[in-house]
Amino acid sequence: MVKQESESANRPDNTAFTQQRLPAWQPILSAGIVIPGFVLIGLAFIGIGVALLVTSRSIQVLELDYTGDGNGSPCSSCSQSTTVNCKCSLNFTLDTLFQGPVFFYYGLSNYFQNYRRYGASKDDNQLYGDLSYFTSPSSSCSPYDYDGSKNPIVPCGSIANSMFNDTFTLTRTVSGKTDSVPLDGKGIAWWTDYNVKYRNPSVTPLKNAFNGTVKPIDWAKPAYELDTSDASNNGFVNQDFLVWMRRAALPNFRKLYRRIDASGDYQNGLPAGNYTIDITYNYPVRVFNGAKKVVFSNVSWMGGKNEFLGIAYLVIGSLCVVMSVVMLIVYAKFKFPDEE
Amino acid sequence: MTWRSPLALVRDALRGQRARENELRSLESNLPYEGLEKGKQPNRYFTSNAIKTTKYSLLFFIPMNLYEQFHRLANLYFVGLVILNFIPQVNAFQPEIALIPICVILSLTAMKDAWEDFRRYQSDRKLNNMPCFIYSRKEKQFVERCWKDVRVGDFVKVVCNEIIPADLLLLYTSDPNGVCHIETANLDGETNLKQRTAVSGVCNTHPKFEPESFKGIVVCEKPNNNLNHFKGYVEKPDKQKVGAGIESLLLRGCTVRNTDHAVGFVVYAGHETKSMLNNSGPRYKRSKLERRLNIDVFFCVILLFTMCLIGALGHYLWLNAMPVVPPYLVPPTSGQLDSPSLASFYMFFTMIILLQILIPISLYVSIELVKISQIFFITNDIDLYDEETDSRIQCKALNITEDLGQIEYIFSDKTGTLTENKMVFRRCSIMGTEYPHKENAIRLAVLDEPEAEEEVLFNQHPQPLPTGWSLDSEEANAEDTHGHGSRRRSKVTGNAQSDVAFSSPLETEVVPDGKLFQKISRTSSSSLSHSQKTDAYLDFFLALAICNTVVVSMATSQRRRVSHTNTPLETLSRLMRNAGSIFKFCKRKPKRNRTFTEDSEEHFQPSGQTEGVRTTGLQPCSLHPPSLSDKPALTSDNLRYEAESPDEAALVYAAKAYGFTLLSRTPDSVSVKLPSGEVLDFEVLDTLTFDSNRKRMSVLVRHPITKEYVLYTKGADFAIMELLGTPYYASILTGQSTVTQRHLDCYAKEGLRTLCIAKKVQNHTEAVYKRWSVDRKKAMAAIEDRERLVMDTAVQLETNLTLLGATGIEDRLQENVPDTIQALREAGIKVWVLTGDKPETAVNIGYACGLLEDEDLIHTITAVFQITCTNILDCTLEEVRRYNADPRNVDTTLNMSLVIDGLTLDKALSPDLLDRFVALVKHCRSVLCCRVTPLQKSRVVKVIREKLKVMTLAAGDGANDVNMIQAADIGIGISGQEGMQAVMASDFAISRFKHLKKLLLVHGHWCYTRLANMIIYFFYKNVAYVNLLFWYQFFCGFSATAMIDYWLMIFFNLFFTSLPPIMFGIMDKDISAEMLLGVPELYKTGQGEGDYRFTTFWVSILDAFYQSLVCFFVPYLVYQDSDIDMFTFGTPLNTSALFIILLHLSIEIKSWTVVHWIIMLGSVALYFIVTLAYSAVCVTCNPPSNPYWILQSQMEDPMFYLISVFQLCLCLFPNTRLFVLDFLAQWFSTANLNHPEVFKGNRQCSHSLMLPFS
Repeated sequence: MVKQESESANRPDNTAFTQQRLPAWQPILSAGIVIPGFVLIGLAFIGIGVALLVTSRSIQVLELDYTGDGNGSPCSSCSQSTTVNCKCSLNFTLDTLFQGPVFFYYGLSNYFQNYRRYGASKDDNQLYGDLSYFTSPSSSCSPYDYDGSKNPIVPCGSIANSMFNDTFTLTRTVSGKTDSVPLDGKGIAWWTDYNVKYRNPSVTPLKNAFNGTVKPIDWAKPAYELDTSDASNNGFVNQDFLVWMRRAALPNFRKLYRRIDASGDYQNGLPAGNYTIDITYNYPVRVFNGAKKVVFSNVSWMGGKNEFLGIAYLVIGSLCVVMSVVMLIVYAKFKFPDEE
Repeated sequence: MTWRSPLALVRDALRGQRARENELRSLESNLPYEGLEKGKQPNRYFTSNAIKTTKYSLLFFIPMNLYEQFHRLANLYFVGLVILNFIPQVNAFQPEIALIPICVILSLTAMKDAWEDFRRYQSDRKLNNMPCFIYSRKEKQFVERCWKDVRVGDFVKVVCNEIIPADLLLLYTSDPNGVCHIETANLDGETNLKQRTAVSGVCNTHPKFEPESFKGIVVCEKPNNNLNHFKGYVEKPDKQKVGAGIESLLLRGCTVRNTDHAVGFVVYAGHETKSMLNNSGPRYKRSKLERRLNIDVFFCVILLFTMCLIGALGHYLWLNAMPVVPPYLVPPTSGQLDSPSLASFYMFFTMIILLQILIPISLYVSIELVKISQIFFITNDIDLYDEETDSRIQCKALNITEDLGQIEYIFSDKTGTLTENKMVFRRCSIMGTEYPHKENAIRLAVLDEPEAEEEVLFNQHPQPLPTGWSLDSEEANAEDTHGHGSRRRSKVTGNAQSDVAFSSPLETEVVPDGKLFQKISRTSSSSLSHSQKTDAYLDFFLALAICNTVVVSMATSQRRRVSHTNTPLETLSRLMRNAGSIFKFCKRKPKRNRTFTEDSEEHFQPSGQTEGVRTTGLQPCSLHPPSLSDKPALTSDNLRYEAESPDEAALVYAAKAYGFTLLSRTPDSVSVKLPSGEVLDFEVLDTLTFDSNRKRMSVLVRHPITKEYVLYTKGADFAIMELLGTPYYASILTGQSTVTQRHLDCYAKEGLRTLCIAKKVQNHTEAVYKRWSVDRKKAMAAIEDRERLVMDTAVQLETNLTLLGATGIEDRLQENVPDTIQALREAGIKVWVLTGDKPETAVNIGYACGLLEDEDLIHTITAVFQITCTNILDCTLEEVRRYNADPRNVDTTLNMSLVIDGLTLDKALSPDLLDRFVALVKHCRSVLCCRVTPLQKSRVVKVIREKLKVMTLAAGDGANDVNMIQAADIGIGISGQEGMQAVMASDFAISRFKHLKKLLLVHGHWCYTRLANMIIYFFYKNVAYVNLLFWYQFFCGFSATAMIDYWLMIFFNLFFTSLPPIMFGIMDKDISAEMLLGVPELYKTGQGEGDYRFTTFWVSILDAFYQSLVCFFVPYLVYQDSDIDMFTFGTPLNTSALFIILLHLSIEIKSWTVVHWIIMLGSVALYFIVTLAYSAVCVTCNPPSNPYWILQSQMEDPMFYLISVFQLCLCLFPNTRLFVLDFLAQWFSTANLNHPEVFKGNRQCSHSLMLPFS
């Protein structure tokens, strides 16, 4: 064997790989593949499109703007003034049942949570409950890391500082009787945020962990007093805080505020009736030409209402079908000879 | 070490500098200064023999390597980006992240460099520590030292088979004639021995060589890299100068052969030796595609700047539109917001950082990888492997593979390139009588038949003629009895013999012409010694035997390499004894071993059979037991001729066939055995070596009997005919030269190479010769203008020659040459042949190889005067114009070929005719340039290349083609019979002309399309990906936010999508090899602008824009107004970008192999594994982004899949549109598929048009 090899030592190996003769599959597009392929894809797309559209249509959405820039709008007085906790209310009427589960969102427009410096302005380690970052927040929070007298701000950074602070209560008026609609604020944030990414320092009471720190400049209350009704909903794991901290991708966005608690009268959603939203108006939006709104929506497997995808699927699907028909006509007309 | 003032040190350094720079160097012997400190050594300024080829030292590797790498523009771009990232106002990522790509690329390159450098270090150390003998005055003998201890001015002794450590001026050899043989295979690959002569009379050599007696000064020129040239002299104490040329220089790296030992004076050492100066490392050429690529990279830079400007401007407008400072606008640390204009100025740079991958830096690394792999495939192609010489194709230039697919003009040498360069003596004409050598012709004719293998013929050896013929008839018979069964083996034997240049049986075998043979034997019987008037026939053959530079070597004194060949039985038995070492042995001597692969039984029959076979083809070595040939017996059989050119060997063998056997050659004498058995020793007075200006060589000898000075000259017919004096034998030979000329023309028409043989009896006296000899010596010793002086002295002697006759030597066409040329032409390549032969020979070969065809219109341009040349060119051009203007000739093209000779070419290439010439040759199907000099060859190539702006390829095999090979875009060296100079200078070295077909048509096409498509894809990929980020800027206030995690972004380019395009560039096959060979027209896709053109680039950029638009805006429209967060929006975008980019590639891939599948699926799998793992582990790492659990949650959402599928379909929809168009085009064009224009269409179109083919 050795001799065999050496008789021509320079002879290249005659393998399929070195000779570039690996068995290869070449996609050959013949009429027999292209036309049925187009038909199949087209039909599948039309199917998906119809399903999406139908689902989207079944989703009910109610949007109410309460920025208050127009004169007639109920919150215009609040929007002009700078008073803290300015109250205004919004009325709406439902003629039919708003199918549950109903989600209650607040929406902001022209708000750039995705601004680069804004996004970087937080301290993940501090929010993870690491006490050493309480006393010396990361420089990424700057200039929201220390207040004027060099006290560390907790939670530091611009995102936390700019947290949305309007609050809403929803009441229903049925035959003169005003009934407060139960809102559920549990589990509106990401499970991973609540359980993994954000943690309160393991100090009891929580207040002690914040000794020597100050609350963010624009906050009314310190972090450990965000929710007076529920002690476990305070600090960094406050649901509203978590929702706010997850930055929106686009400048017009909505964020989940509450769910309508599916109990009692509201088991199947919001029944028909007259409703009032009482708003504590705090958040300034006129400074950036923004708008605020509240949104009620129910969801399906495809998330919120969106007709775009369904229509798009339908369009492309029908295009495919049309094209395959054209090709079939050409094929029939010119009698393409058998493919090799 | 004594203290020396710094001033003295500086002065010393300056003096050393001056000594090294000096045009002439004066060197003294080191011996008188032995043992003295360095400052006293006379030769201390010159470099020592220790070599260091490493670039780096261990300590400074990192800084030096970094310095080296930052010479590349691309790396500087990277560093600029990193620096930008460290400026807080502009940084987009954390600065550390920006370091990753540059670190990965730098460290990869550094690792490669370190490995290469380490290899160099190892080989340096090995070389520096090789042993050698240096003379020591103290010990009065040569002592063993290392190579690195050799200094200029030392005396070094080299023994047989040893490698020479430095450039030595040969002073003494063990040979009484002062001759030493060296083999320069290490230097230039030539395997024949070269003879070197000692400089005599400069020191005592008798009875023992005494280096101490050397008192002279060696004066030599500054070191240069010319291997065939050296100028110097030794000035003796009495001021007498002894000239020394290259013939006295032993070059470093050569091996001493046939000489027991030799002593030399070290002239150049270490890095100043000729071999080191020649060692300039791999060549770097820039391919056309790469030049094109740089333009496109420049476009990318413009695109990048435009996008960044848009970003900056957008940011400015966005900031200006703000009524008050909104809560999300974070002021910098200072607390004060920058003014909008300053902020947008900073934003410009931040954008550059964000969009940096638009400049495809990784492209350069990928291209390098792809080219290395392409070369791997080319060198591994079994079709480009030559069994006979056991050689693969060699790729010397590593970065121009794709140029192989774009060639438009081929310039080919004739001899050795189109033909075999195995010269066979075919016919001769002596004193005006033609001897056709019919028997020889028949033998050769049989060879041409495809079935007949060479060896059959040699086995059917023609029965020896009755008289004086050298071959033993018994042997011949013995061989007849078993010969035929062992065909295969004898072929192998033939191969083995090709160890010695020009000695294949075909060449060594000449069957004498019967008539001539009788004539010779008659003349020789009427004893030569008595006739004063030497017979012209004898002279003719004497001239053949003497007038050359053939070295004769004996079977026993063969060099070591060959000696294995000669004693196969010994070798065999040794092998059998020592089976363990078999493999090692085989490695070293691969060709020998075919013999042993036969049935083992045969091997153990050491008698007749093997021997008999070996005698075929007059292989003398094994015919006689070694003991017999120990004495340089006058048996002509154990002679082996080693010639520098195959013609010479052919002539010597021809002379031998007629009984004029060249027995030995030393610088001073030649002995020839005459047919009568008599041995004549001619004293060689001088050899006027061949040069391409004179086109002839002469030997001046003193006739042993008549004591006359006789000059034998042989050379090109026109060179000799000019020099003929009044016919010496006027009475007998009236008009002999005209008759001979007619014969010569006739030979040329047959395609034979012609040579004229002439002689001259110097009837002047001893004194005249002496005078000439002094002149000659002076010329040889001259340093300035030496060539001219030497030539002048030669011309002085070569006058009034007497024509003896002419020879016709056949050079057979290589196999498949017509076929190859035909295919190349169909591929749209114009083939030119440039040859030094006569026009007739060239035209004949032109017909034979299909370059010219019968119906062609052939214009032969020969013009002596410029004005004639102008007229001819004008007329021909006019003719072409008229032909093209004629409406009848719309569909046909003029099949015109041009034959032009060297003289005319000179005129045609003169500045005022150049344009007309170029205009004319553009219309020619083929051009033959005859009688051109090497310089003209390269000039022609340069002119065509520059004037017509075409890709050129030059192929040649000899030293005369080197210029041309270097002038062309691609130089192909054919490793044939004429040494390796062409191969050394070439970019690719092949062994047969026919290999060009597959190399160009298949590998060229593949390499080109693969690389072109890969580059386009790279641009597409980067633009498509970067644009995702760019579109997002419109929704984030142009704040350079990335919605994709930085790590994932960097990994995306570095790992997830880097392998598939590289694999695409290495392995994709748009058309199968069979198809490419069968339809050479397909090659045209690469010519001119080729696949990779302006529009292709922009189409792919537009495609990228479209796809990124779809990829971004579909999710945007879906998630508009929803509660989606940034990275939940961006991560799926990243995922679908990966799929889109990979699927786009899948559409481009024309054939899928296992490797394709593995790499494609592997990339997807890698993406998911890495991303999922990363988003599962990273909780608080990488602060600005929140990758934690994002992809996981997305993958639970059905919308993620619906959006991805839709994005994919919509993105690739334009590509399917192309399919549909192609699909329609197929129907319309099947009828016209034979039209080559079809292939020139749109890139994608043309590809899929081929689909029914492939």
